[in-house]
Amino acid sequence: MAFFRLLAVLAALCLSAVSAMAQNMDALVDALAKGNFKEREAAIAKLADTGDPAVVPVLEALSAGDLYVRPADGRVFIARKQGSVMILTAPLTGESAGEAQKGEIDKIKVNNALRRTIAQVLSGFALFNSDPTRRREAVQLALKTGDPSVLPGLEKALAKENVADIAVLLKDAIAAATLKSDSSEEEKLKAIETLSARTDRDTASLLAAFASTAEEPLKAAALAAVAKIERALATWDMLQNVWYGISLGSVLLLAAIGLAVTFGVMGVINMAHGEMVMLGAYTTYVVQQIFRTQFPEAFGLSIIVALPAAFIVAGLVGILIERSVIRFLYGRALETLLATWGISLILQQAVRTTFGASNREVGTPDWMSGSIELTGGLAITMNRLVIVIFAALVFTAILLAIRYTSFGLQMRAVTQNRPMANAMGIRSSYVDALTFGLGSGIAGLAGVALSQIDNVSPNLGQGYIIDSFLVVVFGGAGNLWGTLVGALTLGITNKFLEPYAGAVLGKIIILVAVILFIQKRPRGLFALKGRWVDA
Amino acid sequence: MISAPRASLLGPAGLVFLVIVAVAGIAVPILNLAMPPASPLHVPDYVMTLAGKYLCYALLALSVDLVWGYCGILSLGHGAFFALGGYAMGMYLMRQIGSRGVYGNPDLPDFMVFLNWQELPWYWHGFEYFPFAMLMVLLVPGVFAFIFGWFAFRARVTGVYLSIITQAMTFALLLAFFRNDMGFGGNNGLTDFKDILGFSVQAQETRAVLFFLSAMALAGGFLISRIIVASKLGRIIVAIRDAESRTRFLGYRVEHYKLFVFTVSAMMAGVAGALYVPQVGIINPSEFSPGNSIEAVIWAAFGGRGTLWGAALGAVVVNLAKSFFTGALPEAWLFILGGLFIVVTLFLPKGLAGLFRLVRLRRVKPQDDSENFKIAVAE
Repeated sequence: MAFFRLLAVLAALCLSAVSAMAQNMDALVDALAKGNFKEREAAIAKLADTGDPAVVPVLEALSAGDLYVRPADGRVFIARKQGSVMILTAPLTGESAGEAQKGEIDKIKVNNALRRTIAQVLSGFALFNSDPTRRREAVQLALKTGDPSVLPGLEKALAKENVADIAVLLKDAIAAATLKSDSSEEEKLKAIETLSARTDRDTASLLAAFASTAEEPLKAAALAAVAKIERALATWDMLQNVWYGISLGSVLLLAAIGLAVTFGVMGVINMAHGEMVMLGAYTTYVVQQIFRTQFPEAFGLSIIVALPAAFIVAGLVGILIERSVIRFLYGRALETLLATWGISLILQQAVRTTFGASNREVGTPDWMSGSIELTGGLAITMNRLVIVIFAALVFTAILLAIRYTSFGLQMRAVTQNRPMANAMGIRSSYVDALTFGLGSGIAGLAGVALSQIDNVSPNLGQGYIIDSFLVVVFGGAGNLWGTLVGALTLGITNKFLEPYAGAVLGKIIILVAVILFIQKRPRGLFALKGRWVDA
Repeated sequence: MISAPRASLLGPAGLVFLVIVAVAGIAVPILNLAMPPASPLHVPDYVMTLAGKYLCYALLALSVDLVWGYCGILSLGHGAFFALGGYAMGMYLMRQIGSRGVYGNPDLPDFMVFLNWQELPWYWHGFEYFPFAMLMVLLVPGVFAFIFGWFAFRARVTGVYLSIITQAMTFALLLAFFRNDMGFGGNNGLTDFKDILGFSVQAQETRAVLFFLSAMALAGGFLISRIIVASKLGRIIVAIRDAESRTRFLGYRVEHYKLFVFTVSAMMAGVAGALYVPQVGIINPSEFSPGNSIEAVIWAAFGGRGTLWGAALGAVVVNLAKSFFTGALPEAWLFILGGLFIVVTLFLPKGLAGLFRLVRLRRVKPQDDSENFKIAVAE
């Protein structure tokens, strides 16, 4: 392979005389234009063997089809079209070389096999590329293959490397290459030890492959290293599951917390809660449309603006529902359930009629995309991380608001003893309306978050309503801590069941478990106690 | 007050209802089969099939009314019992296909051949026998409801909590039946039925008989429910609805009564599902969707809960409207259905039956308040 040949030769090349090379180089580049594909491949290999970074643009141009030959004198140029003429540049130096008519030059043809060869050569040069990302990729490739012929190149690269994590990677790559080279047993043992600190599947399989051919004591050492890596991987897998669980739990928390507020304070089952989430998601869509057309340069802010907008839209719709329907049904929980189900049907159809039944495209701002890579192959995507943090913030804010504001005080008073609160001068109907607005508004916030990870369609809310109810019922109505514990428990349990039982069966198991749990504690984990509880 | 025992069992409205159902059950098949298609009295096939579907829905609404209207248990899981009965019937019909399936396998239904299954799962055995399948139509929803109810009522899960866990149960079943490896045809469910007891399910005569049977099942379900609610047991059930704790303190084992009503009602829903499947020709997991169960509740509420006949009437009226609007104004249907939920709960707590009652009260002096029409608000 051209790539390895290149690296093997690199070390020796430094000795070559510079001026002699320059002329040679021109000849080598001109050789690209001659002969058939096979000879061209040989010419590429020769160019690669020079190890001169100057050939990188030449090869890139060749691969892109920008390399031309002038049949008159056999010289090769990089040519780009400008108007009716072609602008020529010298391939190695990048200096201008005049222009030419289209008929005066011929394109140098490449096929896919040549493009592959070129890609390999270029990735070899990438070890010395000035861009750290390119260097990292090249080292990772070398680590994966563990080819001993690249050892000298890697060592040379290590000497020059100044980015810490690439240097570590290079050491590992050298260790991987050492295993397959004819180094001494001592060096190989050392290499195994270096590699055993890594936690990824590629290294494990590399070591396992080595162990299958090696002799004692190398075999034992390699097997021990494989076992160590696998133990570490198992730990990371568990952490990964915990993280996924927290992520799912935070989504459930966001969806359920508003429900807990309305259910806990007013004993109202709001079947339209999922539709409040949906309204929040559609508000995000509308806000983003405005940003796209009016302020495209500030698109990153659209989510921030969507938050209060969704809170207000969903909150107002919630207050409207409370004032127009629910307040006539207090004390008749089952009727409330049916009426709010009707409202949810109407809201779904209204959104479907307005926006259409298909999914709407909600964009993710740059600062929320991408992911953070941790060791052990654990990747934390930014949008999930933001949602977890956001859920925690919302939860804390609600908790503080209920604890420290006068509205929160009134809410608690009405929850605990409505007639007595009335007697103390609290207008419980106002508190009800505002509480319902608050619960719906939080659902709207959840909608903004969910628009980042789920399809924004009229059915968005339906997918969360049963889960949210389970969280509230499991955690116990009227206690936000119960909601938090409920959401995280269900989320994490779900993610731990998934690998064994599959997503659907896992969910069924959770549902059955919650149904059974209700038998033991009919009012949830954190039940309110007292005589007012028994409705 | 002296009256014939029969009248006190049914009441005038109940009697009228039974007569209408019986007449329809006999007249519609005859008008379909005997009248030439050109005659104005001829009932077209599609009307009979549609009406047969409505009768099954009416039986489902009746079963919901029995637990909700009389015992105050708002079950959001009756759609699941309906579907379980339907699946039991569907399994019998699948076994009757025999080697006439696409793959021509005499032992395995097509979807199992498709999934490369080698032999019939154990729970499919016996369904080739009609009596066994009919037993299962009753037993599967019945036993399921019994176990579920035994856990729920013993733990005194009441009110909205019960509604939510019945909904969770329905949702769990929905997910379970969507799975291919459950052995119930997964997403596609059971379909392509050929014949029932040797008669083609497509044949006009079979459909006429199925219609007749649906009417009889509805009448039978109504009678059984009336017998239950008119008995002393029925009085206790109503007492549980109105004051559960007080009934318990009087020494009644509340959970036993609830369990009885819940199980009987689930079996009725199962029968409705079993009659529904051969008439529509398919059963798939979407029958388990929580929305269906809630819709059945609104049929009962719209017709008038705690009247039984009102629930059946509600099912027919709402579904007539659904058939009309989903054809004529598909956009509007969900608005209407949603509005119905709100209007019924806000303005018509006694449903259509309550409206009739109002009209009658205006004409007759309001003095005799027979128990049948005294509808207290549940809870």
